Amino acid sequence: MTSQKQRTNNILTVVFTIISLFYVYPIFLVLLNSFKKKAYISRKPFAIPTGKMFVGLQNYVNGIAKTGFFQAFLCSLFITICSVAVIILCTSMCAWYITRVHNVVTSAIYYLCLFAMIVPFQMVMFPLSKVANMLHLSNPVGLIVIYLGFGAGLAVFMFTGFVKSIPIEIEEAAMIDGCTPIQTFFNIVLPVMKPTCITVAILQTMWIWNDYLLPYLTLDLKKYKTIPIAVQYLKGGYGSVDMGAMMGVLVLSIIPIIVFYMFCQRYIIEGVVAGAVKG
Amino acid sequence: MEKAIKRYFPIFVLPTLVAFTIGFIIPFITGIYLSFCKFTTITDAKFIGFSNYLKIWTDGTFVHSLWYTTMFTIVTVVLINLLAFIVAMLLTRKIKGTNIFRTVFFMPNLIGGIILGYIWNLLLNGILALWDKTLTYSSTYGFWGLVILMLWQQVGYMMIIYIAGIQNIPGDLIEAAEIDGANKWQQLRYVTIPMLMPSITVCTFLTLTNGFKLFDQNLALTNGEPSDMSEMLALNIFNTFYGRPGWEGVGQAKAVVFFIIVGIIAITQNRLTRSKEVQA
Repeated sequence: MTSQKQRTNNILTVVFTIISLFYVYPIFLVLLNSFKKKAYISRKPFAIPTGKMFVGLQNYVNGIAKTGFFQAFLCSLFITICSVAVIILCTSMCAWYITRVHNVVTSAIYYLCLFAMIVPFQMVMFPLSKVANMLHLSNPVGLIVIYLGFGAGLAVFMFTGFVKSIPIEIEEAAMIDGCTPIQTFFNIVLPVMKPTCITVAILQTMWIWNDYLLPYLTLDLKKYKTIPIAVQYLKGGYGSVDMGAMMGVLVLSIIPIIVFYMFCQRYIIEGVVAGAVKG
Repeated sequence: MEKAIKRYFPIFVLPTLVAFTIGFIIPFITGIYLSFCKFTTITDAKFIGFSNYLKIWTDGTFVHSLWYTTMFTIVTVVLINLLAFIVAMLLTRKIKGTNIFRTVFFMPNLIGGIILGYIWNLLLNGILALWDKTLTYSSTYGFWGLVILMLWQQVGYMMIIYIAGIQNIPGDLIEAAEIDGANKWQQLRYVTIPMLMPSITVCTFLTLTNGFKLFDQNLALTNGEPSDMSEMLALNIFNTFYGRPGWEGVGQAKAVVFFIIVGIIAITQNRLTRSKEVQA
């Protein structure tokens, strides 16, 4: 019985190993083609780049030059890190307040946040881009405000879910001992909320780093690009696409994601699970 | 305590509330108003009643993309959940290398839709080239190409949620079923699946809304080619706004209809599967 189970498990290991190889193959294929002369990419995508097909790092140089990849990378990095930090700070404070203070305004905010979660972006995209323009928010700093506004729904919802489970007595004790609400929040509540902060941070990072449409519509594209915009920019217009530059830029866009994944894998997976259970 | 906190409204709530108003409330209300207007920018909007909503149905693209999106969503919801569930069941059997497999299967989720679209564009066009076809040869190729892409991206995510659910089922429940003489199939049908209902609720919800709201992957993989036949709802709305001068109002009306459809789906789905959840 057990040896039979052992054998099935061994077979499964082999099967999954093969599937895993298929799973990483698309990324490997892009990497392979990034070293190939552009004329051969569409014609012979599966060939190994040797001899006259091999171009070294030419595609990368081209891609970086055409898209301004490094500026786009820094822009994406700035927007993502700042937005996520601001979202966590502001929405956790907001969530704590609206859970602890009961009145019409706080419950209205809560239900509006719930509501905002199911509204698709297309519903607000046109007015949002115009409002952003009017308020001079068409730059990376302004985008942080927009991300805080648009990301508030999910974040407030998740934080309130957690605050409800914190026993109020701890906070009361702190306040009786003379803490102001601000001290209570930063010294008592925020440390307890750390797991939820990580969850929210992971979910928002995955969203903001990869978001295409919102920055595309609100940012001043002559001055700023994020990575997804830079990639799509290569496709733009009606001329033929430089497949070589495209492959180079795709590889460069995947590298930071894989690095991030390797360092934060545990948090990412736990964050996704925790987010799903509460969502 | 409530009284003491109350005075701190400007510090705790105001930043989020202001951003939320700018980023969501104002655009949402303006959006609803604009769907009844003819306009090219917000300032020249002229109220014209329901005629945008009537115009939606006059060009066939919206109905076609609605149909296309619905089919796509049904296919992906079923396939993603089925595959994710099977993989999760197999990867909780303590086989060698489980952690590596999970890591690999989850990874595509972190890559953005635009980048995913171009990766698969290369691969699928390369394969189809063997038969002298491309992804944009007909909308059927685009459809299944997009399905494969979504499977690759999302099975790992849903698998992670199912694995967490399976690990939360108390072992003595399965043991008790075994002692009572339930075979593997009965254990699955009467113990595992009912206990997994919360995970199933979440996963169907996520796959449903992801399928319906899909935009980036659609844009990068086929961009609606050939001639808008593989265009999904979100892309159709986008193209109506930014590709057809004079049709902005219709685009906004389509967006309102889109929002209502997504809202109805989200609420119905939640009611339906929540009612099937059980307590251990």
